[in-house]
This record gives sequence, structure tokens and C-alpha cells, in this order.
Amino acid sequence: MSVATTEAPVPATAADKEMLISGCAAIAQALRLADLDVVTAYPIRPYDTVMQAVAKLIANGELDAEYIVASSEHDQFEIVKHASAVGARVFCGSSGVGWMYAMEAIAVTPALRLPMLALVGNRALDDPGAFGCEHNDALCVRDLGWMLTWVDHAQEALDTALIAYRVAEDPRIFLPCAIGADGAFLTHSEALVKVPSKEKVDRFLPKYNRRDKQLHPDNPITVAPQVNEDWVMEIRKQNDEAMRRARGVIQEAYADFHRIFGRQGGNPFVEEYMTDDADVILFGQGTLSMPVKVGVRKLREQGHKVGFVRLKWFRPFPTPEIQDVLRRAKAVGVIDRDYSFGSPNYGAVLYNEVRSALYDLEERPRVISFICGLGGREVTLDSVTEMSEILLKTAQTGRVEQPTYWIGVRG
Amino acid sequence: MTGSVEVVYRGIFQKHLGQRITRGIVLAAWKEGKVGISFGRYGDSPERNGIPAKSFAVVADNEEELQAYLSRYEPSNNDVTVAVDDTLCKGVESWAWYGLQPINKLTRAGGTVLVTSIQTPEELLKDCHRKNAEWNLAVLKGTASFSGLWVYKEDHTDVRVLGAIAKVAPHVVKIESVEAAIRGEWGDELKVGSARKAYERVEIRTVRPEEGNPEKPYEFQLPKWWEMKEALVIPGIPVRQEVRGWDGGYRPGRNPTFKKFATRTMRPVVDFEICTKCTICWLQCPDSCFDVTPTGHYDANMEACCGCGVCEAVCPVKDCITMVNERAFEDNASQFEAYQKDEAAYKAWLREKIQDKVVTSRSHGFRYRGQYQEELAQMAAEGEGPGGS
Repeated sequence: MSVATTEAPVPATAADKEMLISGCAAIAQALRLADLDVVTAYPIRPYDTVMQAVAKLIANGELDAEYIVASSEHDQFEIVKHASAVGARVFCGSSGVGWMYAMEAIAVTPALRLPMLALVGNRALDDPGAFGCEHNDALCVRDLGWMLTWVDHAQEALDTALIAYRVAEDPRIFLPCAIGADGAFLTHSEALVKVPSKEKVDRFLPKYNRRDKQLHPDNPITVAPQVNEDWVMEIRKQNDEAMRRARGVIQEAYADFHRIFGRQGGNPFVEEYMTDDADVILFGQGTLSMPVKVGVRKLREQGHKVGFVRLKWFRPFPTPEIQDVLRRAKAVGVIDRDYSFGSPNYGAVLYNEVRSALYDLEERPRVISFICGLGGREVTLDSVTEMSEILLKTAQTGRVEQPTYWIGVRG
Repeated sequence: MTGSVEVVYRGIFQKHLGQRITRGIVLAAWKEGKVGISFGRYGDSPERNGIPAKSFAVVADNEEELQAYLSRYEPSNNDVTVAVDDTLCKGVESWAWYGLQPINKLTRAGGTVLVTSIQTPEELLKDCHRKNAEWNLAVLKGTASFSGLWVYKEDHTDVRVLGAIAKVAPHVVKIESVEAAIRGEWGDELKVGSARKAYERVEIRTVRPEEGNPEKPYEFQLPKWWEMKEALVIPGIPVRQEVRGWDGGYRPGRNPTFKKFATRTMRPVVDFEICTKCTICWLQCPDSCFDVTPTGHYDANMEACCGCGVCEAVCPVKDCITMVNERAFEDNASQFEAYQKDEAAYKAWLREKIQDKVVTSRSHGFRYRGQYQEELAQMAAEGEGPGGS
């Protein structure tokens, strides 16, 4: 079910350079190609790989940008917030509790309509001190007006960073965007990446122009006044509309990206894998797609009609696509690399989002929550088999015997 | 049956007074077996000098009736509106709404505006805007009771207002229950006596729709969400606005939708003849309220001045700028224009404003040591102080 892209792709030219680089280095390449203006840094694993990669690019003379080492994550996000307000293209990022420490700045950025690009190198929230992957850090901003996307390999990280700038800086949107990149599996793994030419990127990504919203002596404005209850709701409504418009702007950006670079031609919001005739579908985001795809292929060999859907954009949440893809299945298992203690069915975040998106359908699949891979634990082939078997049984009986399973927990 | 009372008061100076009155109403209603709530308008910012703010009391026969008033921002159909400073009769502009709200705007038809004042009802009606219904103006004799954020002036204004409310709206609270509540809350027979005297002495007058200040208060229409600029951006105000006929002079750009003068309880009166044009008042004014005249004088614009008194404090020329209680004025006319038109007449006006001891009294703060004791003695003599005479 791919979205229509009307124009034929432009074939990749020889100008694309293949490099063996990590997901974070791939993002740094995207920043170079986007001609980044201001970047702030404060080290925390696994995000710090990207700040090192950017520092190298600047040191090597490949990128001309202001590189500011902040005194904390809070300052880090404050600085780029202000730089963005004066018209600079900015980049920032953090991980786990570092991201949480910046939360005051992060929370106000969407209302200021600043198109900040951030990388969240997904990391478990301390305590216990842990730097493995969990999605709860980035998901903390899910209600605040940040666009959120998850990538599953280094090439997609590079491409998505360029797309994210284009969408975030579109004057119809002007919202910040965070890219979720699984700690270790994506941030620290080197893969072959096609790095496009600057010329191609220039055709895709226009300059950031804040117009009459730019803080500048020639454009005297006040930003972020104190207001009362007679203004706040209208301001929230403006943010809501921007997020609603983002859907169409994302589709436009992917269509253009595909035309210029010859990649990212599928549905911008979800990736489908062997879903056409699937009775049961596993659903998840980030790098767990890799073992799940392998598991799905193995189960297919055994004759089980299992498919997989990977969510690419979490905000805006692609409700129509998810309804369209999942309505055909008998049972859906949502694999969360996160938790939501005390939430409905003691399930996890993505599970409750998906289940809610399906509610208005006349006929809808049974939905089960699989909490898996917390703290960076591997999602194994055995885990995939275990989850698929639960789904196949649910499809057969039509009954949810247990709504939530912790997969791979000792005990 | 429900009843509601709003108390319009001045930030900081009367914050405790406003709350004590609305609490007192609910405590008194309780003595009659009624239920009630007392609350402030949350959007107000009563920790700012003089800014108009509101406190409310709602009483009802039972919880079900009271529910209609719970979780509300401000009751809009009040039996009584209390103005504890008579300059609030000129209209109020607060953090909590836009435009100038007439003092009787949220008073129900047939309801009462109760003012503590030493002015006559006729003088107050020059300030109070007209209302499209009959209403009552009640005057409780007394000057505005101003104190501070950390201190409370125990001059019995709280209980005197409670007694007066019992007179103008006995269906809200009766005088007996007010007395019982004062005994319960403060245990002070002198205060009980003050309430009873106010109950007996408050003067009430019916006001017809055609009576009152005919001026149309300025309004502001809140925009729709799609009409507002996005990104919390507000266009800047130009540094200067040219004034027709003021060659060489100008007016600093000002916010056209929030004028601030309703916050003012005293205003600067300027003697242009002795002014040395030193610029200090103009530089130091925190609200850029001084217009620069073609002659190089500085004319405090009465739409923009919130009466802080900084200009008087920094002016190096003796008696050039004098802060005068706002109740001595009826309009926001330019002093400089009056001076230009007729210097002799202006001089006479100036003398009248700053030489008469009564009207040059400040709204808050004192001119000399011992002034407060003198004022207390005067209040006692006039029967408006603690216990009355």
C-alpha cells in the first residue's frame, strides 16, 4: 500500500558516494549537506557519537557551522532554540535522562514554532544507570507538538534528517522534529551508506526562511508573551493545525525526495513487510525490524501467514495508513521497546496508540501488547517466534486471553 | 436561591481587603445555613501596585444551586459590585480582560454598586459609565483603605463593607449573620459595631439608564485562532508616533490594546513653567508615558501613565512634578495642551490641584512623618474609622 508518487524517479548519479559509517555519522553527513548553521553539544551516550562526527567535519573544514559546547542539555536546547528564532538552521540532540534534563526548553519549542532538528539516541531512562535502548525518552514529548520519527538503518537516518529539515522548516509547519535512533543498534553500528551530492540536496532542501517571524533588528517583534486563558486555547489550536498539515507536507517531501534521490519511494509513514495475505501482523518501530523480518521469513517458510509493519512516523500518527494496513489482519501484536506503567492493560505506549487508532473500524483485529527488548536487550528470533505463536493462536480462537506479555524477561 | 458579590480592588494595596470581604460574606451566609465559595479571579495579577483585580463570593441555599457557580472564571450577574477604591468607578482594565470594563458591567439589572468614597453619588456618577438598565449606587463614606502586600491596615473597612452589603442585598447576607460571622472570625465587638453602623449609614440611590458617564469605554475584540500570528509572535510597537501639529515633538509608540491607566491611583501634575527640560522623568518612566512636546517639555500621557510616581521621585526641581490622588480628576486630557492654550488658567488649575491639602494627598505612601496618625484622627472625627463615633 504505497502512497502514489506521480513523478518518475531521477536515476542516482555517480555523484553519490558510498561510505561505511555509523547511523550517527550518517546524520552528521546529512547536517553537512544541509549546510547546518548552529549545533550545540553536551555528551551523553549514545547520542554523543553524532556530536563527535559533527566536530570532525568542522575540524576537517567540510562544514562551516557554529559548534557550541553547552554547560548542560538544558542549555544545549535553549541555545539552538534561540538560534533557530533568529533564522539559523540548527541541530541538537541527547539521550535518556539528558533529554529529560532539557525538557523545559524542549516543551516550549513547538509553541514557538521553531523547526529544530534533534537526534534522540534512544537510551533507557536512569535509574538504574543503563545506556541500552528504550524509547521512553523520546516518547516523553509525544503530546507536546514535536514531530517524531524512528529510523532503522544508517541510510534511512541520513535521508530522514534531510526530509525532517524540509518538513520542519516548511512555513506551513514550523515545528521541531526529533529522530529516534536506537542506541547501539543504529547509533554505533557502521553500515554502507550512499551519501548524495550537495547539488542534489540543494535541489531538495530550500533555505530556512522564517520570514516575518524572524527575530531581527529590522523586524521588531516580541516572541512568547505572557498570556491569559483568553489566548492559550487559540495558540494550542494553531499547533494542532500545524501538526495536521504536517501529514500532507511529509507526503510531498517524500515524493520529491524519491524523485531527486531515487530512494524512500514507499509509504512515508509505514513500511509493510509480507502483509498482503497476513493473518497476523507484528508491529513495531526502530531497529527491532531486523530480527522481526528474519523471524517472519522463517515462519513464512513454515507456512504461517505472518507479516510485519514498521512505523516510521509516530507524530503525526498515521491513523489512516494504520487502519488500512491492519484492518485485514485477524490479530496484531504491537512490540514496544518502551513501557507505560499503569496504562490500559498495563500495555506499552505504541500498543495503546495502535489499539486506539483501530477502535473506529467496524471490524478490527485483536491487538496484543508485547513489551520486549528493554534496556537494549536483544529482540531474538525465538522472541519473534514466541510472539507470532501467541498471535496465531489469538487469530484462531478470536479471543485475547492475555492482553500484555513481557517477552524475554527472566522468570 | 443564589447570590453573588464581586469586590473590585487594587492589587497589592487591597489584596487582603478584597479577600477578607468575600470570605466574610461566605462565613456570614454559613451562619444562615447557606453554603458558599470565595475566590479570586485567577487571571488577575494582584501582586502589582494598583492593578484592578477581583475577588468573588457566591452563596446559595444548597450545593446543587452552588454548582452553577463552581469552576467558573468570574460570575457575570452580580447582586452587588463593591469598589473599595472610588477611582475604580472610572472603569477597570486588568490582566484578566481586554478593554475598559465599566464598574457596573457585571452588576445585574437592579443590582447595586457599593463604593467606599468621600465623594457624593453625583460626583461618582461622572465616572461610572451608563448601564442599559436601572441600578443602584450605594456610598459608604470613607477613603480607600490601602495597605501593602505584607501588612494589613486594620481600619475596619472589611467589616464596614460587610455591614453595607447586608443593607443593599439582605437576600445574600443578613446583618445578624454578618455580626455573628465577625464574632466568630475576629471575636471583636468593636468590629461588630463598625459593621452595624455601616449598615445603618450607607446611602443608596437609584440610577436610571440615562444617568452616568456617557463615554463609550474602549473595547477590544479577541481574534480567532486563524487571525492570530503564529509562533507566539507579536509585532513590535514603533519607537515613535508623529503627532499632528507637533513639529519636532513625538509620542512614543504604545500598545493600542492595553492602556494601563485604570491601574493609576494618583497622577503626576507638571508645572511646565519651572521645568528645566532635563529629560530625567522621560528617561526614567518605566512605561514610556511621556510625550515629547515641540517645546521640549515632557507631557505625561494619561492614557499610558499607571501612576507609579517614579517621575516625581527623580525630578530634581522642587514641586515641578507632584503626584495627586486620581479622584481629583475626571478625564485623561493633556496637561501640556491646557498649558499651551491658556498659561494663566493652567497655573490656576495647577495651584488648585497641588496646593489644597485634601486633594494632594497621595493614594498610598506619605509625604511626611506623622501623616498617617493625622489621617486616623481625621477618620475618627468623621465617624468612618474603627468603631465610628
